Amino acid sequence: MSVVVENVVKRFGSFTALDGVSVTVPTGSLCALLGPSGSGKTTLLRILAGLEHPDSGSVSTHGNDLTKTNARDRDMGFVFQHYALFRHMTVFDNVGFPLKIRGWSKAKINDRVQELLHLVRLDGLERRLPANLSGGQRQRVALARALAAEPKVLLLDEPFGALDAKVRQELRTWLRRFHKEIAVTTILVTHDQEEAFEVADEVVVMRQGRIEQSGSPQQIFDHPASAFVMDFLGHVNVFHGRLDHGSPRLHGATHGSTAAAERPVSVAGEGTTPLYVRPHELDIERHSSDGSLAARILHINPAGPLVRVQLIDERTAKPIMVELSRERFAELVLLPEETVFVQPRQVRYFTADYSI
Amino acid sequence: METRFAPPPKKERAMAASGATLESPKPVDPAAPNAPAAVGKLRRGQQDPTWVRTTLILLAVAFMGILVVLPVVNVFVQAFANGPEAYWRYLTQDPETRHAVMLTLFIAPAAVAMNTVFGVAAAWAIARFEFRGRTLLITLIDLPFSVSPVVAGLAFVLWFGMQGFLGPQLREWDIKILFSWPAILLATSFVTFPFVARELIPLLEEIGPDEELAAVTLGAKPWQIFWYVTLPNIKWGLLYGIILCNARAMGEFGAVYVVSGRIAGQTDTMPLRIDKLFQEYNSPASFAVASVLTLLALVTLAVKTYLERKVIESAETKKEAV
Repeated sequence: MSVVVENVVKRFGSFTALDGVSVTVPTGSLCALLGPSGSGKTTLLRILAGLEHPDSGSVSTHGNDLTKTNARDRDMGFVFQHYALFRHMTVFDNVGFPLKIRGWSKAKINDRVQELLHLVRLDGLERRLPANLSGGQRQRVALARALAAEPKVLLLDEPFGALDAKVRQELRTWLRRFHKEIAVTTILVTHDQEEAFEVADEVVVMRQGRIEQSGSPQQIFDHPASAFVMDFLGHVNVFHGRLDHGSPRLHGATHGSTAAAERPVSVAGEGTTPLYVRPHELDIERHSSDGSLAARILHINPAGPLVRVQLIDERTAKPIMVELSRERFAELVLLPEETVFVQPRQVRYFTADYSI
Repeated sequence: METRFAPPPKKERAMAASGATLESPKPVDPAAPNAPAAVGKLRRGQQDPTWVRTTLILLAVAFMGILVVLPVVNVFVQAFANGPEAYWRYLTQDPETRHAVMLTLFIAPAAVAMNTVFGVAAAWAIARFEFRGRTLLITLIDLPFSVSPVVAGLAFVLWFGMQGFLGPQLREWDIKILFSWPAILLATSFVTFPFVARELIPLLEEIGPDEELAAVTLGAKPWQIFWYVTLPNIKWGLLYGIILCNARAMGEFGAVYVVSGRIAGQTDTMPLRIDKLFQEYNSPASFAVASVLTLLALVTLAVKTYLERKVIESAETKKEAV
């Protein structure tokens, strides 16, 4: 069931939570709404569920306008951030609740609940109360409960937000597989870009009530549409730079032509612009070369698949983060306090930032 | 005399409030490593002046004994002064006393029922919705706690009496409110209406709306949400409020005194009957009826203590669930 949101506006007093948001989620896909807190992602999810009403705009699934439909008639499963399990009911009664209020027979409820508990790997915990479950188990009870009445759309609000790191990682992998199994159109909200990229087919990046970019994880990672997305996706080095006949150059770099720009330049002429380089797109060299920047090593963290080197651009006192492969690191034999040269392999800049 | 049967409202509010504060997380865990030292210091600070402790404890015990235990015991001693047979006769053979007992057994549950409906509705509205006049409503719910019951009774007389606003009209329609049971019911309900609402507002706020919202998304209709989700969560608090409300309703004297007209065998409730017997120098009979009310108060106290524990337990279960 495809979900279409058109031009939704939502204000709380003078605060605009959503400012003309349009999203289309194709049937059967898993879409992540990604953004910092206050970006409006949870409000959008609640509007989809019918828990909030938009000031204008519409929500529809598969061509049926649901904007005026009551939350209980929307056929959507909603998993709350803190699960909102019924604390006085057992796991069985929690999962069976949507069926009981629909007047199912006891035998049918029993079959369906057993099937769902098996699906979420909670067989044998029927008689437990929510208070006697771990965070991950509660999360899965909430999921089973939301799926019991076979909703057409599943909505998850920060599904892993309240869990510790290890459980979170397990559940991500599990959710990915689980989604394949149930094939229900799923929309989840998260502020964690890693989580969004790992789980979702489609990622919608939101900022201040607007959509900044949407697309597949790879599209967004490889071609961020704005400095905000670039910055939000993870650690990024920002350099002062300028466009020199269409080629970006770092300020303070040695002369000569520089690395290839990520995009062909759409603006003619020359000017200054911030330049964005990811840590793994920087190399460290012993000797100065064309376009490289002198920097002093502050700290080296060799624990991990990549060696992380913190440097400082002594001219501007700005920190620089570089990630090297272990082979390259072994080859260079770096020590703290050494002065080395940083060479970008790839540089991004955004036309919105560009000024002459 | 009334205060002997039901504790004054202020005291009961404090008890209700203590139930709420106990639900808040105990600030012991975070500073666990430092805790033993702090406790040691505290204990020494408290233990040093032994004579102070002993004096204080004795003083408290003496006060409780003189003000509470002795009078309560005395009620029973006086009631049984002429032997259990006489006691039984006082209670059952006097038609006016019989009527007073029956009237109280009708008024108290009726008032409790009205206040339960009103209290749940008001608490729900206040805890779940933001609306204009919300603060005013909370203040108004508290009003019966601060207004003297006699004044409340007089207000009803002014409203429904012959010199009042509605009196002449009601008389024309042949509806009798003042000096009959409807007025007693109204006055009793007025005096007792804060109990249920005051107990439920903090409870509902603490529980939060999430479970109810979850029920909505799962397709539940409003009555199903209330019956299956909200009610089981507030049941102990609700019972607690009902018990307190009932105790107060049975013992209500002042407001009922004003609006009932004190017609023997018609509008006398138990507290009024006790007063009347006492005024007639029939103290054994008066104490016999008083002993019944006292007994009810003691039962209420026991049930209340049990429920307080339940309310706290259910709140703690909730804490863990989150």
